[in-house]
Amino acid sequence: MLRVDYLAVPGLPVLSFEVVAGECLAVEGPSGSGKTRMLRAIADLDPAGGYVHLDGVERSEMRGPEWRRQVRYASAEPAWWAATGRQHFPRGAKLERLLPALALNDLHLDRPIAELSTGERQRLGLARALVDEPRVLLLDEPTSALDATSAAMAEELIKFQLLAERIVLIVSHDAAQIERLAHARLQLAAGIIPHRAQGPAA
Amino acid sequence: MSAISLTPIDLALAAALLIVNGAISIAFGLRLERSLTIAAVRMVMQLAAVGYVLKFVFAQTSPAWTALVALVMVLAAGIELLQRQERRLRGWLAYGLGNATLLLAGGLATLYAAAIVIGPSPWYAPRYVLPILGMVLGNTLTSVSLALLTLNEGADRERSAIEARLALGATRFQAFSNLLRQSLRTATTPLLNTMAVAGVVTLPGMMAGQILAGSDPGEAAKYQIMIMFVLAGASSLGALAAVLGSVYLITDARHRLRLDRLAQPRKQ
Repeated sequence: MLRVDYLAVPGLPVLSFEVVAGECLAVEGPSGSGKTRMLRAIADLDPAGGYVHLDGVERSEMRGPEWRRQVRYASAEPAWWAATGRQHFPRGAKLERLLPALALNDLHLDRPIAELSTGERQRLGLARALVDEPRVLLLDEPTSALDATSAAMAEELIKFQLLAERIVLIVSHDAAQIERLAHARLQLAAGIIPHRAQGPAA
Repeated sequence: MSAISLTPIDLALAAALLIVNGAISIAFGLRLERSLTIAAVRMVMQLAAVGYVLKFVFAQTSPAWTALVALVMVLAAGIELLQRQERRLRGWLAYGLGNATLLLAGGLATLYAAAIVIGPSPWYAPRYVLPILGMVLGNTLTSVSLALLTLNEGADRERSAIEARLALGATRFQAFSNLLRQSLRTATTPLLNTMAVAGVVTLPGMMAGQILAGSDPGEAAKYQIMIMFVLAGASSLGALAAVLGSVYLITDARHRLRLDRLAQPRKQ
């Protein structure tokens, strides 16, 4: 179970909620309402007050990298640090089931990232986030650049994660998708957040 | 053989060459006359002062005076390092990192060269320690500022790639590994170039100075070779300390990227 108590992200109202294993929480709100900032804070990528417990263990009880291996933030626009997709996966990673589930294959892995389409990069980013099977997935618009067929495949994969007792928080602007995936919703209101020059873009 | 002493008239003759600069500036409307004059006067005063200070310190051969002059040199290099950086750490962190790096690399290299390689008596003889420290600091300054420039600007530019690695569970040094390599390589390039052309395209300043001062060119070459190696060691050590320290300071104990600790670029 993921339990969030008094999470204080700069510019957002203080948040408390919990998500049990195998469930998906949809995070809704207009652009700029802080959805990304909230996910990043839960992954401990930005400083935030309050407590986040995963199965009873608070994030401060383990090192940052260890926490983020279990609580995985996946950006809507995955970033790359090497030339090809394959270099972004751990050596010996089990890809033989994951890649086909996202309509990807070895050719996508070995082509330069720059030559892949936006949608292919997004699916590759999703595969990268899932490959080491983190307990919690913080998915920031995971299908925003995908066509209907690929989006449906990605959704199936997310459902499979839920069947495997993982926890999913999803940001999506697709109401039907939220209807299909989410067990609960969290609404972030617009207008109460002062615009800040600093901090990550939402 | 000893050097021919320069009289004030000799210096005045040399200074006359500045008229060339002034004439060019006026002819092409560069408006550099004022800056040129200030720079020239500053240079003369600084060097004259250094000449007198060194003369005094050499005469004392006291460890305290040597240490004091060395400290002033390190602090001055630290200020210069700060001014060469477009994106630097906020506040005292930048000053602390720069000075710590220069003190570490400059100090170690100078001690090694003076006390172990040359071995004058006493080992802290200012005549050897201070000129070597000066050269070491000058070169380390270049490599450290290049390393920090590459690292800090890279951290800003490649922020999303670094954070992608952090989000996947990388430690701060894993997340910075590409930039670390790139920064160290950039920092080493000027030194490689200097070594490659030393003596062929350029006659290094120290060797030229020794020859002008009446030394045997063979002796001067040996000193220059020794100094090159010391400079190489100091530059690499300085760059390494600077990039490791900088990664440490622009991330936090939770291995988060903290670009908020970098100052905003100065507006030109």
